[in-house]
Amino acid sequence: MDEFVNLKATELRLGLPGTDNACEERERVSCNKRTLQGVTENETESSMIKTGTCPPRKAQIVGWPPVRSSRKNIIQTKKNESDSEGGRGVYVKVSMDGAPYLRKIDLSCYKGYKELLKALEIMFNFSVGEYFEREGYKGSDFVPTYEDKDGDWMLIGDVPWEMFVCTCKRLRIMRGSEAKGVGCVV
Amino acid sequence: MDRAIKLQLSTSEMNYFPDEVIEHIFDFIPSHRDRNSISLVSKSWHKIERSSRHQVFIGNCYAISPERLIRRFPCLRSLTLKGKPHFADFNLVPHEWGGFLHPWIDALSKARVGLEELRLKRMVVSDESLELLSRSFVGFKSLVLVSCDGFTTDGLASIAANCRNLRELDLQENEIDDHRGQWLNCFPDSSTTLVSLNFACLKGETNLSALERLVARSPNLKSLKVNRAVPLDALTRLMSCAPQLVDLGVGCYENEAEPESFEKLMAAIKKCTLLRSLSGFSEVAPICLTAFYPICENLTSLNLSYAAELQGNHLIEFVQFCKRLQLLWILDSIGDRGLEVVASSCKELQELRVFPSDPHDEEDNNTAVTEVGLVAISAGCPKLHSILYFCKQMTNAALITVAKNCPNFIRFRLCILEPNKSDHITSQSLDEGFGAIVQACKGLRRLSVSGLLTDKVFLYIGMYAEQLEMLSIAFAGDTDKGMLYVLNGCKKLRKLEIRDSPFGNAALLADVGKYETMRSLWMSSCEVTLGGCKRLARNAPWLNVEIINENENGRMERNEEDEREKVDRLYLYRTVVGTRKDAPPCVTIL
Repeated sequence: MDEFVNLKATELRLGLPGTDNACEERERVSCNKRTLQGVTENETESSMIKTGTCPPRKAQIVGWPPVRSSRKNIIQTKKNESDSEGGRGVYVKVSMDGAPYLRKIDLSCYKGYKELLKALEIMFNFSVGEYFEREGYKGSDFVPTYEDKDGDWMLIGDVPWEMFVCTCKRLRIMRGSEAKGVGCVV
Repeated sequence: MDRAIKLQLSTSEMNYFPDEVIEHIFDFIPSHRDRNSISLVSKSWHKIERSSRHQVFIGNCYAISPERLIRRFPCLRSLTLKGKPHFADFNLVPHEWGGFLHPWIDALSKARVGLEELRLKRMVVSDESLELLSRSFVGFKSLVLVSCDGFTTDGLASIAANCRNLRELDLQENEIDDHRGQWLNCFPDSSTTLVSLNFACLKGETNLSALERLVARSPNLKSLKVNRAVPLDALTRLMSCAPQLVDLGVGCYENEAEPESFEKLMAAIKKCTLLRSLSGFSEVAPICLTAFYPICENLTSLNLSYAAELQGNHLIEFVQFCKRLQLLWILDSIGDRGLEVVASSCKELQELRVFPSDPHDEEDNNTAVTEVGLVAISAGCPKLHSILYFCKQMTNAALITVAKNCPNFIRFRLCILEPNKSDHITSQSLDEGFGAIVQACKGLRRLSVSGLLTDKVFLYIGMYAEQLEMLSIAFAGDTDKGMLYVLNGCKKLRKLEIRDSPFGNAALLADVGKYETMRSLWMSSCEVTLGGCKRLARNAPWLNVEIINENENGRMERNEEDEREKVDRLYLYRTVVGTRKDAPPCVTIL
């Protein structure tokens, strides 16, 4: 409801969606003129493009801080990996047939299917049964499914976890007769 | 020097002994500095010393030529060579600057020197050099490469295949082109002499079965550091057949460690009762660290500085049980609280390095370390003598307290991530804080300063840092006086490296003779001009004065004739062999 009167969301800006003023504040170069000598040309330019564009980092000084590339790279690797796994919060909607409203969960909070399914069971107070590679979920009326990037409804658990997190757009816990058609050999 | 003087007084008496006896006495003096002093005493001592010298250390490969080295020390067995200047580690030196190993191997090979050990730092090593090395020296035992580049796993294959007596292959932080080859397979089946194998820096896949077979047939193996490609179960098998390991480097990725493999790993670890040193963990789930709980009380050395996955609480839980720790390298994700735990648990700690997990301050996290952690460590660890500390803030009060708590520092390197950052409480410069450090720590040999600093800090350094050998300065000082205080005051200074500081020609040229007592001087983004450098080169022909140009593709593109142009990067060093011939186009030697 609030979203409809959230003028900030409709504000015309040059920034990337999701960026705000706090990001621009961090952009300021906090060193004196001596240090600008060390800033490469590219970096000087990007720090001079003010207002609106929010570069992902502060203007960086060449060779500073004095840390070897091999050390800088591990942090980058960690970030990239967690980004691709949705480390920054992969929020997807979860709907359950018959439930009055949807929920939202952060897939990056879970390390694998076991944890995810357990969390869903608790959240919606149901039981998901046992997963079989060929037959899907047995022992329950509920079948956990998800919509992937292609718009198809898939059974949760078939693909490797990392792939799932990347391709999952939303979850749906199907129930009853409708569930029969999804991913299981009847 | 005292020893040399005492020996000189009794030279006349000692000369009644035959040379072999004198040589035998010299055998008890392994330190190369002392050996250098001995060789200055008299002609006969010089002669005896040089023919019995086996270990030589060359801090700058361009200070001397391989031919002269061999002529003086024909019985050379162990050679240490350093190439590029230190700031090459931070991308301030062009890739092709120099420091080539090949001429050295070539000369040593031709002279049939009985080389057994080679230790290189920041040198450019080629596969051809490694091949030549492997074929030239029958008794070759030990190869240690630190921060080198220019070679591939093919070069390693030659070493593995041809060095029949290889005991040590230690690769630390090198840039190696990994051809995913079978270099580990190249160790012949008869090779059983390995004592130390470290290939943690290799980025490619590893032939696990070749590695396992190699470890299984190396009963003397004490140190094993594997790369990322060695997963948990393989590590378990390796440790099972090498329970005698003293030093282990782990590096495997385990997303969801299964309980069984975890159990097996723990069982294997429990058998490694001699394990004292642990490192790696570059992509390891926190649970893998817990597998090492059984032996953590035995650890004297722990390097988790590449373990980006481990959170502060994981680190704290582990470190608190490492009561015998002497060396700790860690990321700042351990936080001040973690350092307080270290301070109360690790009473034997001698060396601490805290690296930044967020070097460019991209995260808004407050879990990094501050002056609080540093003070805690100084208060809790009485044996601490060596520190490298990256942090976001510092105060004079903290540094003064640290100085009082720890007068035994030999190495003190503080890096405040933001240049020119002042005392965050008083907004003053940090001159007084660093001044307290140099005044209290009479044995200080290495110092790196940071934060907001005026000329005053250099006055203090010049006055008090009598044993200082290496000083690193960045974004500091106001006038030439700062640099002059250091050059005039620090009598034992060997290496001075300065970046982005307002020191110019007056400081550079004030005492040209000083540079003969030093190994090298680096100045980048300072105020020295081309004219000043040219004048220096004219007045000191025994110096190589190198200008490294901004444009790496060719010679100075700006007006070459304009001597008022500021020099981007200056590197000068004493040498007995004149201008080097292998400089690339981007380097001008005056």
